Amino acid sequence: MSPFAIETENLGRIYKIRGSKKEKKIRKELVALQDVNLQIEQGELFGLLGPNGAGKTTLIKILVTLLAPTSGRARVSGFDVVAEPQLIRPRINMVSGGESSGYGLLTVRENLWMFAQFYGLASKEANRRIEELLTMVGIADRMHTKSSDLSTGLRQKMNIVRGFLTDPEVLFLDEPTLGLDVGASRDVRRFIRQWLDVPPLLPGEGRGEVRRTLLLTTHYMVEADELCDRVAIINQGRVLACDKPSVLKQRLQRDAIFEIETSPLNGLSAKDLESLTEVRKASLAETEVGAKLDLILVEEAALAAVINVLSQKSVRILKLSKREPTLEDVFVDLVGRSMEEMEKTGDE
Amino acid sequence: MSSGAFLTEHPAKVTGWRLFLKTVIARAYPRVIGQQRERSWMFFDIVLPLGGVIAYVLVYKAIGAPAEYVGFVVMGGAMTAFWMNVLWSMSSQLYWEKEQGNLALYIMSPNSMMAVLLGMALGGMLATLLRAIAIVLLGSLMFQVQYAVANFFQLLAVFILAMAALYGMGMMTASLFLLLGREAWHLSNLAQEPIYLATGFYFPIKSLPFWVALGASIIPLTLGMDAMRQLVFPSGFKIGFLSVGVELSVLLALCVVFLVGAKLLLAHMEKLAIREGRLTESRR
Repeated sequence: MSPFAIETENLGRIYKIRGSKKEKKIRKELVALQDVNLQIEQGELFGLLGPNGAGKTTLIKILVTLLAPTSGRARVSGFDVVAEPQLIRPRINMVSGGESSGYGLLTVRENLWMFAQFYGLASKEANRRIEELLTMVGIADRMHTKSSDLSTGLRQKMNIVRGFLTDPEVLFLDEPTLGLDVGASRDVRRFIRQWLDVPPLLPGEGRGEVRRTLLLTTHYMVEADELCDRVAIINQGRVLACDKPSVLKQRLQRDAIFEIETSPLNGLSAKDLESLTEVRKASLAETEVGAKLDLILVEEAALAAVINVLSQKSVRILKLSKREPTLEDVFVDLVGRSMEEMEKTGDE
Repeated sequence: MSSGAFLTEHPAKVTGWRLFLKTVIARAYPRVIGQQRERSWMFFDIVLPLGGVIAYVLVYKAIGAPAEYVGFVVMGGAMTAFWMNVLWSMSSQLYWEKEQGNLALYIMSPNSMMAVLLGMALGGMLATLLRAIAIVLLGSLMFQVQYAVANFFQLLAVFILAMAALYGMGMMTASLFLLLGREAWHLSNLAQEPIYLATGFYFPIKSLPFWVALGASIIPLTLGMDAMRQLVFPSGFKIGFLSVGVELSVLLALCVVFLVGAKLLLAHMEKLAIREGRLTESRR
C-alpha cells in the first residue's frame, strides 16, 4: 500500500469559459492548476495556503472526485481519482467553509443522521456519534434545532461534525473556519488536532490501524502556522513552496523583518521602497491613522535608508518593531505582495 | 471540548444493497418529515388545487355535462398534485441540490445516485399521496361523486405503474434539468400548463384528436388517469382512450424506459459534470 494518503503528479486543470454574448463561440481558457506535485503522508495535517482564486478549491475538488483533472494524475488512499473514484469515496469526506448543505426543515441531528446514512452507518451508531461530536464542538444543546434557525457559526460547526461523523481516512477541510468567531475557530482547530493525534483501531482484532490524514485549505496564515505539519504555498495554480512552517520561515531567518506604523504615506508606494537595494520586499496596508508597512530587509542597517525615504515624504513613524518571520512574510517573499493586498485588488 | 470514544473507534459501515436501501430511506426522510413541519404547505397544496377543481365542476354543471365529468375533474385535481410534485420537486431538484451544496456531497459519498433519486421520488410520492387523498375526499364529499370500482387489483396496478413511470420520468428529467442549469426554471414553467391540456387532467383524453392523445401518452399520467377513470366510474369505459389492458402495458413499458433512461442520463450527467466542473454550487 502507498505510504501516501494523497499523491499528485504534474496535476493540472484548465477551465473553459464561455465568452460574452457576442463571443459565445469563443471559449477562453483559465488555468486553475498547473504542474502540482504533492506527496502527503498518512497521518499528516497538510495545509494549502493561498489567496482566493489560487487554485486551492480546484485541487480539493479533484481530490474528492468531483472534478476531473485536465492533465497529470492524482491518487487518494492509493487509488486514482479518475479511474477509481468508487474506491476513494468511502474513505473520504469534505467540509467547506460557509457551506449551506442539508435541509433547513430538518434538525441538526436529522441532517447529520441523513448524511451518515449515505455512508452506511447504522442509525444507532450514527446517533451516538452525532451526540458525542456535537458535545465536543459545544452545540449539543442545538441538536433538536432546525438547521435553518442556526447562526452561521453554529451551522459551520454542524458542517464540521458532518465531516468527522463518517470517520474518513482522509478529510478535506476547505476554509473550515470561514465566518467563525475567534473562539469558535480556536475550538475547531483544537478539535482537528485532537482527531488527528489519536489513530483509531479498525473494527475486528489484529487489523492494525489506519492513520487519519487531513488536508486543510486556508488563507489564514496563523491557522496554517498553528495547525499544519507541512504547508504548500499556492498562487495562480502553482505550488511555490512546500515544507514545514518552521523550515519555510527559516528562509527569511537571515533577513531583518520590520513592522512600521506610520501617518498617511503621502503618495509613497511599496515600489518606491522596493527600489532601495537593501529592501527585499515591502507591503503596505492602510490603517485608521495612516498605514502599516511590512518590510523584509537584507540587513538591519538598511532601516536607515527606509527612514530617510519616509522623512523625505514627511511621513511620521508612529511605531517601529522588529519581529520574527511569519508565513505571511514567506508568502510576500515568494509572491511579491501580501495575500490581503492581492485579495483587495482582486488579483489572483 | 471533551474527548470522546469516537476518536478511538471506527464505526462499522454497510455496503451494497443495504447502503442503497439506507440511502433511499434517508433521502426520502426530509420530504416526508418536511410535510409535518410546514403544515401551511399542506393547506395551500390542498386548497389551491381544490379551487381549480371547484371551478371546472361549476363550468361542467353550468353547461350540463354528464355527471361523471365531475368525478373526472376531482380525480384530475388529485393527480395534479403528483404532476406538480414531479415537475418542481423532482425535475428541478438536482439543480437546487447543486446550488445548496448537497449534490457534491451526494456524489462524493459512497452511495448510488440512483438511490438518492429514488429516495427523493419515494418521499415526494408519499408526501403527495396524503394531499391527493385529501383532495379526492373533499372533492367527492362536496360534489357527491359516485364511484363503482370495476376491478380493484387492476386499479391498484394502474396507480402503482402510473406513479412508478411518472416518478421515473422525474428521475430522468432531473439529470437533464441539471445540465440545463437555470433554464430548468423556464422548462418547468413551460411544461406546467400545456400538460394540463394534453394529459386530460380535467376532461377525458379521448376528446383530443387521436395523434395528440397518443403523443400525450408519453406523460404517464395521461394513460394512468384514463385507465383509472375507466375502472372507477360506471360509464368510464365508454370514454376510455385505449383499453385498460393496453394502457397497463404501455405504462409498464414507460416505467422501464424512464427508469433505464434515468440511470443512463444520471451516469452521463455525472461524467459530463465532473469533466466540466458543474457539480458544485455556482458561487464556489
